[in-house]
Amino acid sequence: MTSEHPAIKNTNKKSEATGTGSINGSGKDRAMAEVAAQIIFTVCAAAAIVAVAAICVYMIRNGLPALFTVGIKEILFSTEWAPTAAEPKYGILLVILTSIVGTSLAILLGVPVGLLTAVFIAEVAHKNLVKVVQPAVELLAGIPSVVYGLLGIYLLKPVMYKLERFVFAGSTTHQYTGGANLISAVIVLAIMILPTVINVSTSSLKAVPMELRSASLALGASPVQTIFKVTIPAAHSGIISAIVLGVGRAIGEAMAITLVSGSSVNVPLPFNSVRFLTTAIVSEMGYASGTHRQVLFTIGLVLFAFIMIINVALTRGLKKKEEDHA
Amino acid sequence: MKFKKVVALATVMAMAVSMAACGSSSSSTSTSSSSEASSSSEASSSSESSSSSEAAAETESVQETALVSGKVSMSGSTSMEKYVSALIETYAEINPNITVTAEYVGSGAGIEQVIAGSVDIGNSSRNLKDAEMESGAVENIVAIDGIAVVVDPANTVDNLTQEQLISIYTGEITNWSELGGSNTPIVVIGREAGSGTRGAFEELLGIEDVCAYASELDSTGAVIATVAATEGAIGYASLDSINDTVIAVKLDGVEATEENIVAGDYFLCRPFVMATNGEISEQSEAVQAWFEFVYSDEGKAVAQEVGLITVD
Repeated sequence: MTSEHPAIKNTNKKSEATGTGSINGSGKDRAMAEVAAQIIFTVCAAAAIVAVAAICVYMIRNGLPALFTVGIKEILFSTEWAPTAAEPKYGILLVILTSIVGTSLAILLGVPVGLLTAVFIAEVAHKNLVKVVQPAVELLAGIPSVVYGLLGIYLLKPVMYKLERFVFAGSTTHQYTGGANLISAVIVLAIMILPTVINVSTSSLKAVPMELRSASLALGASPVQTIFKVTIPAAHSGIISAIVLGVGRAIGEAMAITLVSGSSVNVPLPFNSVRFLTTAIVSEMGYASGTHRQVLFTIGLVLFAFIMIINVALTRGLKKKEEDHA
Repeated sequence: MKFKKVVALATVMAMAVSMAACGSSSSSTSTSSSSEASSSSEASSSSESSSSSEAAAETESVQETALVSGKVSMSGSTSMEKYVSALIETYAEINPNITVTAEYVGSGAGIEQVIAGSVDIGNSSRNLKDAEMESGAVENIVAIDGIAVVVDPANTVDNLTQEQLISIYTGEITNWSELGGSNTPIVVIGREAGSGTRGAFEELLGIEDVCAYASELDSTGAVIATVAATEGAIGYASLDSINDTVIAVKLDGVEATEENIVAGDYFLCRPFVMATNGEISEQSEAVQAWFEFVYSDEGKAVAQEVGLITVD
């Protein structure tokens, strides 16, 4: 593939020079084509912006009312969730905490594994081995999230249940979850973010100029020292964006973890059945009505705000670092 | 370079031609077959047209005399929403002349409104109280909602009392050994807030919003699958959805069967009542027609579709 790229570029240059290509035609045709292309580009760009704007407006319009009717403090800083009680309680603090804790743990677990896999693919592995590992990773990225959840049910939950019964043997206060707990959800999430982290990190590691490695090795550093002291620092911006994408995938995932997290609103402790922001919406949207439904939209708004904040904060951080380097 | 381009162009063109050929051949066959079908159907319809049109006219005239027009207003139980809206949908096809409207404001409020005369029918997902009957409300039970308590197949406990069930779901009993079973922790599984089954279960046991669930699943199927796969699990589901993968336990020594529910021996069930102000025979023609439909085979089919037990 890569060997063909220069050839394509060459033909493009040639046709530009001679003016034989259709878009590069001369006179009126050429101007028309230019204008048409401009319009198409603008429309495409507008579609994306309209979609983002529509989502923002819709989420705010549907999510805000409950914040005022129920009260910001009662929703965001209360731990009691009983939406169908005679005196309904809509506190989602524990749900928010679960999403933060669950996502952070998944990142702590998934990013080191993903990064080291990327190092293996980009730096260490033999060419033939890469031909096996890389497609496997790409396949992992294509697996639908619900399949991860099913695997979680059939492989992870029984193991977790055994572990739970071992850890809490004799305890009378622990509520047994049958393996549907925070750890199961975190493990599923960690595996789900692997392909994103691996793919983005691999390409950023591969983009590090060979001269840097050669220089390091020439100065007497060992290959492993070179990887950790030179290559990874040089590729840091790509690795950070891999983490950002991983966080985005982990915090927004609903289908896989709804099958393994238990979905009861609890304090996010390892062996507790927990509910994430996403699963809170999924599990109760079916029959919710009135204020309950509005609060579910508010949860969506909170999730939306979270993802926005993470994106903006990390992108800002990245830009700053790049400026520092420049 | 040029040679390569020419070759590429040639292949592309060849592919395009072959694809076009495929497309055209397949489309031509499909059109021919469809035209055949239509012509044959035309032929058959034309041959029968005279008789069928007569028949249609006949049935129309019969229906016109039978169809009552008017309005039926209902108000009441939110748990009956799924059942009532399914009934209304089906009835709209059978008799479009009667407009049925329903509000879901809760059983008590619905009965109050029917006694006050502001609606024709008050929907209630509990039996009427004596005071309500004395005020003139008549209890017409249209269906029964039965809930089975299920455990995993390996469980040796096959009977639970009402108190034991309450203790399990409120988290006071946490091990099957306390109930005469093996030393296995109890995994308490239930439905999500807003589910009708959960509402009925908690209401019947008087444990609204004090349940300590280990898992809140969002469908009956998920509850059954999880209970079947988890040692020591207990869950509840509508009676009609129980299958062989789980065991439905006896409650107070009574097996969860339709017969026992209809006989009134099984406590985890509740009637769906459409209360009227006075007997059905005293109501307007439209209301009478509505009840006729609810008790008919079509009406019973609707009840079974939403997982209810029918009554006569």
